[in-house]
Parts: sequence; structure tokens; C-alpha cells
Amino acid sequence: MDKLLSARNVTKRFGGLVAVNDLTLELDQGQIYAVIGPNGAGKTTFFNVITGFYKLDEGIIEFDGRPINGLSTDIITRLGISRTYQNIRLFSNMTALENILVGQHPRLKTFWAEAVWKSKRFQEEEAEAHEEANRLLSFVGLRGQGDTLARNMPYGAQRRLEIARAIASNPKLLLLDEPTAGMNPNETAEMTDFIRNLRDELGITILLIEHDMRVVMGISEQITVMDFGQKIAEGNPNEIQGNPAVIEAYLGRGAASGLGDHSPESESAG
Amino acid sequence: MQEKTFNWRNAANYGLIGSVVMLYFSMIGMVEVFSTRDLIGDFLNMGHLLLFGGAIGVMLFAAKRISDHGGDFWLSTLIIGAVSPLLPILLVIMSLNFNMRPIFINVSPPLNELITLGLEPTAVGLVAFFFVTLILVALTAAFTRLPGRIRTPLTTTIVYMLSIGIFSELIIQVLNNPLIFRGFRLAGLFFTGKSLDLIPAVVLFVGFFGLFYWRGGREPKAAVEPKTRPHLDPRRRWIQLGLIVIGLAVAPWILGLFLSQALFEVGRFVLMGLGLNIVVGYAGLLDLGYVAFFAFGAYVMGVMTTETTLNMGGGVVNFWLALPIAVGISVVFGVLLGFPVLRLRGDYLAIVTLGFGEIIRLLALSDWLAPLVGGAQGILKIPNPVFFGIDFNSPQLMYYLMVIGALIVGFVSIRLRDSRLGRQWMAMREDEDVAEAMGINLVQTKLLAFAIGAGFSGLAGAIFAARLGTIFPHSFSLLISINALALIIVGGLGSIPGVIVGAIALVGLPELLREFTEYRLLMYGILLIVMMLIRPEGFLPAEVFQRELHAGEDQPEFSGAVAD
Repeated sequence: MDKLLSARNVTKRFGGLVAVNDLTLELDQGQIYAVIGPNGAGKTTFFNVITGFYKLDEGIIEFDGRPINGLSTDIITRLGISRTYQNIRLFSNMTALENILVGQHPRLKTFWAEAVWKSKRFQEEEAEAHEEANRLLSFVGLRGQGDTLARNMPYGAQRRLEIARAIASNPKLLLLDEPTAGMNPNETAEMTDFIRNLRDELGITILLIEHDMRVVMGISEQITVMDFGQKIAEGNPNEIQGNPAVIEAYLGRGAASGLGDHSPESESAG
Repeated sequence: MQEKTFNWRNAANYGLIGSVVMLYFSMIGMVEVFSTRDLIGDFLNMGHLLLFGGAIGVMLFAAKRISDHGGDFWLSTLIIGAVSPLLPILLVIMSLNFNMRPIFINVSPPLNELITLGLEPTAVGLVAFFFVTLILVALTAAFTRLPGRIRTPLTTTIVYMLSIGIFSELIIQVLNNPLIFRGFRLAGLFFTGKSLDLIPAVVLFVGFFGLFYWRGGREPKAAVEPKTRPHLDPRRRWIQLGLIVIGLAVAPWILGLFLSQALFEVGRFVLMGLGLNIVVGYAGLLDLGYVAFFAFGAYVMGVMTTETTLNMGGGVVNFWLALPIAVGISVVFGVLLGFPVLRLRGDYLAIVTLGFGEIIRLLALSDWLAPLVGGAQGILKIPNPVFFGIDFNSPQLMYYLMVIGALIVGFVSIRLRDSRLGRQWMAMREDEDVAEAMGINLVQTKLLAFAIGAGFSGLAGAIFAARLGTIFPHSFSLLISINALALIIVGGLGSIPGVIVGAIALVGLPELLREFTEYRLLMYGILLIVMMLIRPEGFLPAEVFQRELHAGEDQPEFSGAVAD
């Protein structure tokens, strides 16, 4: 089966620092795939390379069979890749509904000037967009919150809004950057179910960066472990849990316990 | 953030600042010039307001500080009230003993008379001045202590009374207009000359206060559902819209020739403001060279409709044909000027666009392009438009043209704002990188903002040229760009009513207060600074910001359950 996303030998340097080093990672359609690793391992940088925010220095990334490295971010989004951010980056001074409407941008096709005379096509498209946005709001559990300013929403709601905004464009691939950061166990469990739902109900392939091992081991089918920009392990949850290189990377040399029962989120955000 | 309480030293400082302000306005001659405008009878004039304004303003700031940080309120009041009058008093004393006029030309007997409140001998006047200042400061202090129930209507009343004072000329014109009031010279009831008579003033004051006090009591203070937004109720909107249209239509006939010219200027800046509002307010692109597109519109109109310039190709063209071409060329240049600045942000964008504006002005001024655009002499004898035989040769008719232009432009702005493009602009303004990650093509979005903004400006320029009949490079200076930018900020960024308010405040008022043209730039600057200090979002901020301002109320707390 053709890979949905194929990143091969991707290298990204910032001056002397090699943030991502010869990384190869491939996803199948419909997978939930996690990228884990200590802070500073290069995971978010890798996301940024996929979405075109950074240009890679070496390697190639193919999405749905076509190379996307070198394309600008907006085109990559329009091809079907969406993302959320480690530090939530909503449009704070816009309402929840407006945020989602912006997310729908790639799907709206009416010529901009038609808004001036409110053509039939414009009106229909806007109505449909609003309906869909409200549907998405409900889907993430924020029904009725449409008129709330994004910056006034509680943290958990903001996270979910960001996801709603990301899926508004009907992406094929969704990159989630630490979706459960800052959440308590209850919220984390809910978010985990929610992410699984995204794949089950909407058929979206998920690539997520996570620190919380309950989440990672709970829903991922494949995991890549990164450290210092390189892949140090790859496999399914069972394989990863017992992998000594992984344990060492997280807990330092000499640590013997498995990763199943605690999450290494003690370090500050990297 | 200092938590020090507001002690006597702070109070003395504030008093000193107040005193310096009073001194400053006196010494630059502003107080004297302002005093030529009487407000009530012949004993209260604008000069008094300005003079005592320093002390009053400082007291207001101090009261806020005290309420935030604690301190002995009345002692501070006393100190401020006592220190403020000192410097002006000192000034008077010094001017009596030394001839200060060779250096400080405005320190003169009329000024002294003002400060001493017209009383003789001087010493008595100075003592009176001292106590009047002290009392006014105390009254201000007491005012800040009033319960909101009284203070709010009182503030509104004062604002209304001041507005009547400032707009007296306008009001007199309206009241005296034979068309409405059938020959009753109503103005005479209230005004003598340009100032209100004392008794009508008192009556109005009491009446306004009573009205606002009563209305303040009526609104239910309980939390109203935030979902229903009454100002969007369609029927009310149509009525409001209708009234505005009627008002606009009859204004020039009621207000007379001179004020129609003022209205024209306001209209022109409303048009420009709306265009700049799209670039700066919606798209967040700081453009300081906006006058360039205004110039394009004006010059294209000038070149195409006159014989004195080398208009390429055809002969003289009439206004109505030249108009869309002028707009079109402005749009083209909007795109051209937009391309090089696509990657620039913030300050860099501002400086480069400022440069463009100046380049255009200098090109217009140059000898090289003089055969085409007239160089320093500009273009003369631009004909007025003719519409079905009616020659638009009066300010009133050209005003209509500008208003119609503004209405069209406003309409387009609103439609675009509430569309996908509007959201593109908003998203780009909020966070350019994330906007791009939403699939928004930044190049297209920015160029559209520049192009549309330029088109609106070009339209204003073309109409301006036809009205003025002559255009010089001088009319296209940086100051115009700054003016336009200032008025959309003061009026409220991103908000269309805000643009109108800003234009009235920054363009209309100076026209009404033309006695004070000498100090126009100073007042301008002060207004900008004060606005940034107390209300940076502008008079009428866009709904986004208004929602933000009311954020504390009525937002249902959300617990975080996913299931719904």
C-alpha cells in the first residue's frame, strides 16, 4: 500500500545545530502514529519541516505520492495536511466560530469579489460554511460557544477549538503537537478517546507528538522515538516499551524500569 | 509596579505638572487665542477652559492613582489645588516687573488679564485666580468621588455642553435656517454671537443632567443575555440608516457654503480612511505612504481632463470617463507597490511605504515629469463634472459626490469584511504564520488589501481634483498619510463608524475651530497622546475589540466536558 506520508532522510540544520538528522518516517493511511522523545529532540522541528514552515536541507518528503518539500505552507495545507501547535496558536481576538471558519479556507471556492454583491453562490457557500463550523463546534464539545472570543476560553476548550479549526479543512493528515499538554488525567482520557474518534469517524490519519505515555501507548499503532534529532527506535507500543535505548534516552543511563507507568513530563517545555 | 501610596510628594509633583501645563499653554499664546471664543456669555471662554484644564486634568489622573494605590485624598487635593496656580501667578508677577516680550512674545497684558480673571488690582486678581483654581481642583476631586449614578450623567452633560460650545457655529446655522424653522430665528433664544447666554446655559445644563439621570435609572442593571444584539435588529437598522441618509442629504443646504466645504473635507478623509482601514485595520499592514494612491487618482483625473498637460493619446476626456480610469490606475499601482513589501512586517513595512509615498510626491514635483504632470505648478483648470447638464460647480454638489463615493466604499468594505476575504485579512493580522498554515495565500491576501485600499484612495483623489480644480504636489505630503492613519486609530481601528468619528474629530473639528489653526498640530498631537493613554482602541472600536472590552460579563464558564 502506498504510504500517505513518506519522509526520507530528512535533515534540518540551524547553523551548526542539526535539529533533525537523517530522519525517515512513513505513515499509512488511517494510522495513528506517534513521535516521542525527550524535550529538544527535534519533534516540533520535524513537524515544521513537514508543513513547509522550515525548508529541509536534505531529504525528501512525499505526501500522497507527490513531493512536498519546498512547497509553501499554504499549498501544503491545501493538499490535505493540517496541524495544531504546542503552544496553542488560535486567533485570539476572533471568536471560536470565526477561527473555525478560517480553518475552512481551503474548502471555500467562491471568488472573493462575489461577496460584494452577495451572489447566490457566495450566500450558499457562507451558509454552508457556518453550518459546518457549528457542527464542528458541537463535534469537539463546544456547542453554543461560537461567539466566545478565543482568548476568553478555558485552556481545555482552546485545545479542542484548535483541533476543530485544524479539521475544518477536511485534511487527510492531521499533525497534533502535544494535544494533552497541561491536562489532568480526566481530560487526557477524554482527549485520547477524541483523537481515536477523529480517525475512526472521520478517517483522518493522525501523527502526534506526545509526552504523556498513557496517551502514546493507549492509541498509537506505530511509534518513532527521537533523540538529538535522530530516530533511535521505531515500532509498536510493546516493542518501544521494552527498548533499552528508549529508556536510556528518557531516563538516563542506569535506569531500569519500563516506561509503562510514568510519563517523563518533568522537564520544562523544549 | 510600585505599590507606594500616593504621598504628599506625589501630590506636589502632580501639582507642579499641572502648573507647568497651565504655564505652557499660556506662554505659547494658546490661552489667549482660545479666549477669543466665548462659550457662555462673555465670562466663560475657551481660554479659561484651557487654562484651568491643566489643573483639572492633573487632578483626574491623581484621583485615579490614589484610588489605585491609596493615599490621603483630600490632602493631596489641597496640595494639587495649591501648587497648580503657582507658576502662572509667578509668570504674571514676573511680567509686571520685567519686560518678557522680546523673548516670550505671548506674555502680554491680555494674558495677564485672563489669568487675573479681569480683576483689578493685579494682586486681587492673582489671589482670586489662586482660589478659583483651588476650588476647581476640589470640585474635580469631589466629582471623582461621586457615585456612578450621578457621575455618569454629569459627565455626559458636561460633554454635551462642551460640544454645544464647540459646535456652536454649526448649531446656530441649523437653528437659523429658514427652511426648517420657518423664519423663527431660534438661535437668538440661546446664543448671542457665538456664545450661549447664561440662563439658557443653566437651563440646558439642568435639563440634560435631569434627562441623563432619569435615563440612567431606567436601564435594568441585571445581566442581559449577550446573545441578542439589539443593534443588529434589522428594523432598527433600517430606520437608523434612513435617518442618516436624510441627514446627509440635507446637510449641505442647512449648513451653508463654508461648512459644506468642511463636510467635503470630512467626506474625503472618510473615503481615504475607509481604504486605509482595509489595509491597516483589517489586514494589519502598516502603510504610511497611503497618500501616494490619492495622488495617482488626482493626477490621472487632472491629466485626462485638462489640455495643459501632455495627456498621452486622446484629447480631453470628461470626468465620468476619467474617474474609473483613475481608480483603475490607483489599483494597479497598489499592486505594484505591494509586491516589494510582501515580506516586510511592522516597522519595516511602515518605513518602506513611507518612502514610496515620498517618492511619488517627489516625482510629481520633479522637472522630469513636469510636461506630464505640471511639476511644481501642478495642474490647473480641472473642469467640474457635468451630470445631465448640471454643472457641479458648488461645494454642495461635489460634497454629494464624495458622500456617494464614501457610501459605496463603505458598503464594499462591510461586504468584504463579512466574507472569506475579510476573515483572511483578520487571520493574517492576528498571526501571519498560522494564517498561512490555514491555507491562506498571503501574497494574494496582501495584494488584494493594497489594491483595494489604493482604489478607494484613488477615488477620493479623483473627486478631490475635480472639486479643487487645481492640484499641486504640495497637497500630497506625508502629513496626509499620517492624518488618515491617525483618524482611523483615534476613531477605532477596523471599525467603519470609527472611521467616520475619527474623520469628524480630526478633520471636521479643526475646520470648525479654524480660529485655532495655528495650534492645530499641537492639539492634534495632544489628542493622539491622550487617546493612546486613556482609550487606545479608539472612540468606536470594531466589534472584535468591543466584545473583548465586555469580556468580563456574561461569558458562561465552561467545565470542559467533551460529550454534548
